[in-house]
Amino acid sequence: MSEVIVITSGKGGVGKTTTTANIGTGLAKLGKKVVMIDTDIGLRNLDVVMGLENRIVYNLVDVVEGNCRLKQALIKDKRYSNLFLLPSAQTRDKSAVSPEQMRKLVDELRKDFDYILLDCPAGIEQGFKNAIAGADRAIIVTTPEVSAIRDADRIIGLLEAEELKKIELVINRIRMDMVKRGDMMSVEDVVDILAIDLIGVVPDDESIVIATNEGEPLVGSDTQAGKAFANICHRVLGEEVPIMEFETESILKKIANLFKRGY
Amino acid sequence: MGFMDGFLRKKTSGNTAKDRLKLVLVSDRANCSPETMELIKNDIIKVISKYMEIDTDGLDIQITQMESDGGHGNVPAIYANIPIKELRSPR
Repeated sequence: MSEVIVITSGKGGVGKTTTTANIGTGLAKLGKKVVMIDTDIGLRNLDVVMGLENRIVYNLVDVVEGNCRLKQALIKDKRYSNLFLLPSAQTRDKSAVSPEQMRKLVDELRKDFDYILLDCPAGIEQGFKNAIAGADRAIIVTTPEVSAIRDADRIIGLLEAEELKKIELVINRIRMDMVKRGDMMSVEDVVDILAIDLIGVVPDDESIVIATNEGEPLVGSDTQAGKAFANICHRVLGEEVPIMEFETESILKKIANLFKRGY
Repeated sequence: MGFMDGFLRKKTSGNTAKDRLKLVLVSDRANCSPETMELIKNDIIKVISKYMEIDTDGLDIQITQMESDGGHGNVPAIYANIPIKELRSPR
């Protein structure tokens, strides 16, 4: 049975697209047949994060308007033959697609895929309504900041009003060193405030920037963020994986800091 | 004393963030604008003033979360603190 998951946040820039790319790639790695849909019409990005920007011929709007067949618009991933991307249109606006059309499209894809991931645009307007239309499940991405959490709370309210039953939380870009000295809300604080199930915690990690530069999702790599995303993928499949503890500083770094301080 | 006080009750920015968020979310979730709160406040003053003299400047009214009596966890509640200046004798 296939599952449709929307990745959303309310606030922009918290890591929806990166999360979509890494969960999509991670699930494909685990042998699932996956399609990712970029629903941010006018501001497409999932293609560059995946490194597939040069392969786009048709897009979401072309499919909806009947300019091409659905299969023609799906781009096969470079790394995994069971992973596909349906890119967004860059030169159109949000009103080009309706929630009804999205629901139809998603139902069509259910026949061929195990997981359909919808990368949602920021905001709560038409683009958001399109993205959540056909979803069975939602993953809310937030960072441990007041603005992002406030928007996440609003989104959760809207999803609950739409009677979406399964809503889970990813806390992105957490810095354990700041949490330890009390200058950042902890995982417990954020979960306590938003009161939904936690599906993963991703540390603030330079390797994410590098991975995006190169258009290679880092899920499963030997980096903290890579491991965190791999764990999230297992939890998406329903496996019990404990939330990992992040090392705040490596021992080498600590020694280097000691010298810097002149001890 | 000052030193220990500051040490034990250090208000970190993380805690400030959490407290501020909690307050903001209560009014976000209640979907109740400051204007509406002002109207409610004025009506309460009108009603209670019929029976006793109250300190309208010291009056504090807000929507918060409170433990429900029925054991349904936290529920939104209107909290009002109304200082009485003088109890009017019944006529």
